[in-house]
Amino acid sequence: MAVASITVSETPLVLYALRRADDALILGHRLSEWCGHAPMLEEDMALANMALDLLGQARELYSYAAKVEAKDNDEDRFAYLRDVRQYRNLLLVEQPNGDFARTIVRQFFYAAFADPYWRAMMSSTDATMAAIAAKSEKESAYHLRHSSEWLIRLGDGTDESQRRAQGAVDDLWSFTGEMFWVDGAERALIEAGVAVDPSSLRPRWLRTISDVMAQATLAMPKSEWMQHGGRSGRHSEHLGHLLSELQSLQRTFPGVTW
Amino acid sequence: MVIVTHSPSLSDRERRQRAWDVAAGVVDPEIPVLTIADLGVLREVAIRDGGVEVAITPTYSGCPAMNMIALEIELALEREGFGKPKVRTVLSPAWTTDWMSEEGRRKLREYGIAPPEAASSRRALFGVEQVTCPQCGSGDTEVLSEFGSTSCKALWRCKSCREPFDYFKCH
Repeated sequence: MAVASITVSETPLVLYALRRADDALILGHRLSEWCGHAPMLEEDMALANMALDLLGQARELYSYAAKVEAKDNDEDRFAYLRDVRQYRNLLLVEQPNGDFARTIVRQFFYAAFADPYWRAMMSSTDATMAAIAAKSEKESAYHLRHSSEWLIRLGDGTDESQRRAQGAVDDLWSFTGEMFWVDGAERALIEAGVAVDPSSLRPRWLRTISDVMAQATLAMPKSEWMQHGGRSGRHSEHLGHLLSELQSLQRTFPGVTW
Repeated sequence: MVIVTHSPSLSDRERRQRAWDVAAGVVDPEIPVLTIADLGVLREVAIRDGGVEVAITPTYSGCPAMNMIALEIELALEREGFGKPKVRTVLSPAWTTDWMSEEGRRKLREYGIAPPEAASSRRALFGVEQVTCPQCGSGDTEVLSEFGSTSCKALWRCKSCREPFDYFKCH
């Protein structure tokens, strides 16, 4: 790689904004991989539209992180010039697209969390985070509806779509616990009213999941063992491959523009 | 290109109004029948230290039209002799389709895009929206996809005249 990675001064607020930004960027990138490959034209547009929403959210959050950090970094440097270990996203969002059912299940698990999360964040004592949340919340409501409708169609569809949807639910389930994980830095922000306490949203999330899964005739996984690591930079092997594609141009031709 | 320079005798108040009128005439590149004033995207025009400052708000976080709109505002104001304006993006309060003018709704309908209905149904997980066909006026319509040709639109179909149409969704 031709360009060195940046260093980031991860104060609690910078880290908090980066974690949310990374979730949005990585999930948005995954969805954009479907562009031109979705099972039908309407879905191609839907997935690309959601990717665009997430990219927009990521940009706002990165820009805010840069402003708070007050160093030389900006939204592009955060996205293009950090290594795998510097990324702070959930393991869930970096998981490969797999088949369409897997993409929908991943989206559903995340949207069912993000929707109430942004809504709660609208009351943040941090005006910028509250403003970003107010925009994101409107978008996440559509994302949740989209993935819920698809999950029901797939789960309550043919034997094959049901088998694939259930398989994706079982495989991805262990990545959902991390959404509710909080460390010391984030705990302090929660107490200051800046951040949202994700554990308070867990009952609501579970209710959404179990309601939609019941309509989809899918079984709730029994396993309670959860995989953590993404929030502190310990990722699955998939993120490095994703970043090599996302960053290749900026790493090869530093500062190149359209 | 002719550069018009404003007479310094114009008061800031008059300049502000003229700058507003110029900025308000910029159209949405993706829905060219609507101006940014119709959409409610244009939030504020101010004169500060002799220069023009314009505040716009995005419809959707990732709306790719925003860069284009900002550029068009700059060009329009420069063309009218206001110099290079400062265009900034404000996020709060978040844009809502409730800000769309009646005029804007009428123009949309005539253009073949169903204007947004009341935003109250957005929160329902499986929303039951009633959308009127902009082609034939029938209420017998169905959603094809929540996501259409741009971030702000959904794809619908009229069961009466059988025509598909865009619906500017509630936000």
